[in-house]
Order: sequence, then C-alpha cells, then structure tokens
Amino acid sequence: MARNNSWQEYQKDIADDKYFYVRSCIRQNFFPGSERVFLNILRNDLGLDVKEEAIHTSCTGIGYHSDIVPLETIMAVVARQFALMTEAGYENFISSCITSFGIYTEILETWHEFPETEERAREDLYKATGRVFNKPKNLAHTSDIIFHHREKIAQKAKFRLINSKTGEPLKVVDHIGCHYAKLFPKKGVGGSEFPYVIAGMVDSWGGDIIDYPERRHCCGFGFRNYLVKANRGSSVANSQKKFESMAPYKPDLIVGNCPGCSMFLDKWQYTIHEIEGVAYGENNRGIPTLTYEEMAGLVLGYNPWDMGMQMHQIDVEPLLDKMGVNYDPAEKYLGVNGEYIGRPEDASINTNCY
Amino acid sequence: MNKEVIIIGGGVAGMQCAISLAEMGVKPTIIEKSDKLGGKLNDWYKLFPTFTSASEVLNPLKDMINELGVDVKLSSEVTKLEPKSVTLADGTTMSADAIVICSGFEVFDARLKEEYGYKIYDNVITSVDLERMFCEGSVQNLDKNSPSRIAILHCVGSRDEKVCQTHCSRVCCVAGVKQAIELKELYPKSEIFNFYMDIRMFGCGYEELYKEAQIKHNIHFVRGRISEAAQTIDSKIQIKSEDTLIGRPLKMTVDLLVLMVGMSAGKSNNSFATTDGINLNTSGFISPKNIFTECVSSDVDSIFYAGTVTAPKNIGESITEGVAAAHKVAKFIKL
Repeated sequence: MARNNSWQEYQKDIADDKYFYVRSCIRQNFFPGSERVFLNILRNDLGLDVKEEAIHTSCTGIGYHSDIVPLETIMAVVARQFALMTEAGYENFISSCITSFGIYTEILETWHEFPETEERAREDLYKATGRVFNKPKNLAHTSDIIFHHREKIAQKAKFRLINSKTGEPLKVVDHIGCHYAKLFPKKGVGGSEFPYVIAGMVDSWGGDIIDYPERRHCCGFGFRNYLVKANRGSSVANSQKKFESMAPYKPDLIVGNCPGCSMFLDKWQYTIHEIEGVAYGENNRGIPTLTYEEMAGLVLGYNPWDMGMQMHQIDVEPLLDKMGVNYDPAEKYLGVNGEYIGRPEDASINTNCY
Repeated sequence: MNKEVIIIGGGVAGMQCAISLAEMGVKPTIIEKSDKLGGKLNDWYKLFPTFTSASEVLNPLKDMINELGVDVKLSSEVTKLEPKSVTLADGTTMSADAIVICSGFEVFDARLKEEYGYKIYDNVITSVDLERMFCEGSVQNLDKNSPSRIAILHCVGSRDEKVCQTHCSRVCCVAGVKQAIELKELYPKSEIFNFYMDIRMFGCGYEELYKEAQIKHNIHFVRGRISEAAQTIDSKIQIKSEDTLIGRPLKMTVDLLVLMVGMSAGKSNNSFATTDGINLNTSGFISPKNIFTECVSSDVDSIFYAGTVTAPKNIGESITEGVAAAHKVAKFIKL
C-alpha cells in the first residue's frame, strides 16, 4: 500500500515571519532549554522576527480544563494576550503549548459562533485593564512554525535523524497531543487521524515515522487524570498502553508535541519500571523522549546540555551516539555558567551509566 | 407514433424503463456515462437475500435491450438537462418527448472516514472491494485452511452527520449479513463480527437471513461503532469499539476489516438540480414530486425518475420503479 499522504488534505495557513510568542507554563520547567532553543533557531538560524512580552501570563488552560477557571475568566485572559500582541504591532500569534493552542483555537471559534461572547470578553478586558485587542490574523502552534521552516532547517542540518553507524533512518514515534488537532482537526497540520506536524519534520530530517496502533491514544495527562492523585493510575496506564504498542517497532526516540505529553512519556517510563519492573527501549534503558525543539536543535548542532537535555528522566546519550552528535559527558551536569548543578541519584531505569 | 424518450443512466432501473417503453412502442435511448450497461450491479457477485447471482438479473435485462433494439449511447455524459432535451459532454444536443433520470447513486468514499484507514492499510477494504474479490474467487490474505478473524463495520457513510450523510442507505445491513455468510462459507474456520448501530431488516426474507447468520453460521453481531482502526506490526488491523449492550469498551485485532459503504447521492444530481423543478433533499438525492403518490415524477411535466437517483433502494425496488416510470411516461406522452 502506498505511503499515507492523507495529511495533505489538511493544510493550514502558517505565517512566514513576524511572530508574537507566548510561552508554555510547563514546558520550560520540564524541558528547560526547549523554548530558548526555539527562539534561537528562529532568530539566529532562520533570521526571523519573534516578539515576546515578559508581562504575558499563563493562558490558565490547566485551570480551565480542571473546572477551576470559568469560561468568562479564561476569555478575558486570552483577550489580554491578544491585546499585548496588538500593542506590540504583531498579527501572528504563536503558542508554545498544545493546551494553550487548543484554548486559543476554541475561544476564537466560540467568538466566531457566538459573537456576543467576544463582546463580553472585550468589555471585561477593558474594564479590568483598559486594553483593547485585535484578533490574530494567524494562529499557530510553535511546532507548526518549525514544520513550516523544516526544509530550511534541513538545509542547515549538521546531523540528520540517521544512525551514523548503520546509515539507517532512525525510527521515530511522534505524539501529537490531544488538544492539537482532536478538538479542531482542520487546525492541525495533517488533521487528527494522521497528523503530520512532527512527521513532516522527521521526513525532512531523514528519520522514519512509526505508525503504531496506539499512535493516536492519549498520553494519559487528561488534566483530572493526573491532577487528582487518585486518578494517576489511569494516567500511567494510558502511557503504558502506548509504550506496549510502540515497543515491537523498537523506536529510537519519541518526540512530543505537547509539553505535558513529553513530560509524561519521559517520566512515566521510570514510574512503570518502578511499579512493574518493565523497561522499554534498547537494553531496557528507556526510550529517549524529546521535544520537537530539542530534535530541531540536535539537527542544527546545538549542544545537548545547553538545551537542558540532562534534565530528562531517560538518558539521551544512546540517541546522541546514534546520530553522531559530539558531546562532552563531563559537561552534562554543568549549568549555564559552568557551575555544577548536581547529579541525580541512580534511578532504576537509567543508572547514570553515561 | 415515433415518440422518443431519453433515459439517463443504464443501470437496472434505466434498462427496465427502456424495456418497458420499447414494449409499449416508444423509442427509448439510453445515455450511459460508462462503457457498458448494468451500472454497479456489474461489480456485484450475489444478491441478498437469495444469493442469486447478479448476472442472473443483469443478463436478461441486457438481452432484452438487445432484442428490442434499444438505442444505447455508451461513454456519454449528460452535462445539461432541459425539460425536453439534454446536452452531452461532446456538445451534442438530443431532444425527446420525455426524459427519465435513472442516474443512480455513488458509492460512499470510505477515505473520508479517515479513522478506518481505507486506502492506507492493506487489510481495510470496502463491501464493494469484497464483492469484486468474491467474483475473483478469493479474498486477499485469507487462507481457507487457517483461522482468521474478520470484522464487518456497518453504516460507513450512512447516518453520519460528520460526513454529511444523514440518510440510511437501507441495503447495507442485509448486504453485511449476506457478505458475512459468504465469508463464512469461503473461510469456514473464520470468526466474523458485524459491528452495527441498528440492524434494519426491512425486506422480505431479510430478517430470516439475519437469524440464519447467527444460528447456522455463528456470526457475531456487536452493537457498537468502531471508533478507530490501526495497523499492527504484522499488518493486521487493531480495532476499538464499544459493545453498547454490555457497556464495555472492546479492542480486538482482525485479519480483515470490511467497511459497509453506503449510498451517496449521484454526482450529477447537482447539475440536474439547476433545472427549474428539479430539487434535492438534504442528502443530495433528487426529491420526487410526492414520495407517496408521485414517487417517479418530478415537478417538471416531462421529466421522470427511477431507481436510486431519488433515494437508496434495492435491486427489486429499482426495477419496479423502472416499470412505474415507463407507465407515467406513457401517460404523459399520450400513447
């Protein structure tokens, strides 16, 4: 059967330049270098204009999906983010978080379907802050931006997603995140069934995407699944279902689109090993799990430790070795100023053997 | 009398209408866009509920068309419809005393239901593909001597607002039962599961066939839609569903997934509907003048309908409408 190209049915407009950037609440905590790498790639490697305002806030999406933040409140918060974009003179709004991207999309669609809610949000924002806003001309997730410029990145690549010893493409599992395209399939590159946003990067950079049976399955975050402690078993079980399904394909790495998913797919591997003694990946050392910014950074030759990859639960060294990335093991636990940041205790799944 | 009637479409309804008119002394001309008469029945193996060979229905109709000397224009498509004339794709205009639209339906394009992986995964096929395989004598990747597990999913492109197909295609339920039995007979060691939302056995002998499938052939019926199909590493198909009768989610791996594709409105209906008096219903089929008393008439005196151009129908109903339309035409042209 021919390779699936159904993603081409789902195209979205992605702006070429001049982006107003809002961060994720959790990406910079779990993958501390990812957002900086994204900005560096856009500004320094691609020469693009990206504006960031220090006074932007959380979108409050986690609170919204946990029934803590009411709809009117989150609409006012989103209206304020758009107001900051408007005041800065930008029209293309990009969000670093899948949850936020889903929130912005949902609210813009709600305002479109129910204009009175937009009027209410404008009124609430003006009364609270005196601000006014224009809606974005273009809304995209930051992975859409990397996808949009993937061929330019490929032209500048120092490493490809290819096993440098065997010459074989690396086998990559992508995880898109439920709120990227399951809410509004036409707002995601490739739709929700055969998403192409990360697969497109992998194709351009030499790897092979694995289409495994539980590819679309939720990582298990699910907000209340994880935030309510009693439900965390369900969260782990969902991730385990994915790991079991992808394991026969022997993936070399997992790439997450969503900050939360990336975190769970990385850290739950340790949890599952602690609970059940089951480890995935080569030599039972786990499957390295990256953000797409980190993947792009590796392709462009960024130092993995500058990108914060020592903060991953699963050691990334086997992947770096396969790609032929040069790295200094002694630098792994040095911070930005060369200061020793401490070495974690040995964990059951990765025993700091690198 | 030299009365002339144009029949658009050479499927069973169009052929029967032409035969009936010719027998009444009218000169019918069939305009068929494909290169042969017979329509979609050409690709069908056996018919429900009797397992009659499709050729047993088709060949006598074709023979009668030949015997009666009905004028047939193959590979000709109507691009413009007027009350007493049609224009063909090659620019030819043909006039007639009446026109009967028998242009039929389209098979629903299962690729639109992306979640089932049709044309993406090798072992996801449609009911139409399966009929072709039956005609060829074997079904892909299934071994007569080895156990296999087959899932048949009903209502693909029927009763589905997400793909703008709100109507019931009617015949797929019994076709799914028929195909399950045929599969069981071809592959006796196989386990067959029909996933359905409702089983609608409206015709004579259908309910009996449904019962026979369960009792005699041990075919399983699960009330639940399949939510997702995905290929496993050994090229089987993993499906997820819910058995709504016991309220439990269900996941299984099958060797073959058959999608019972529904009937969609004919592609040419939209262009026909640009003619005053030709109207479409919400699913895109052409609305007859009155669904009870004038089901083969339009709001244009000289234009009539027969077959699935107005709604999903089975073979017998389509042929009956061909006869009915011929009689309405005869009355209109004052034979």
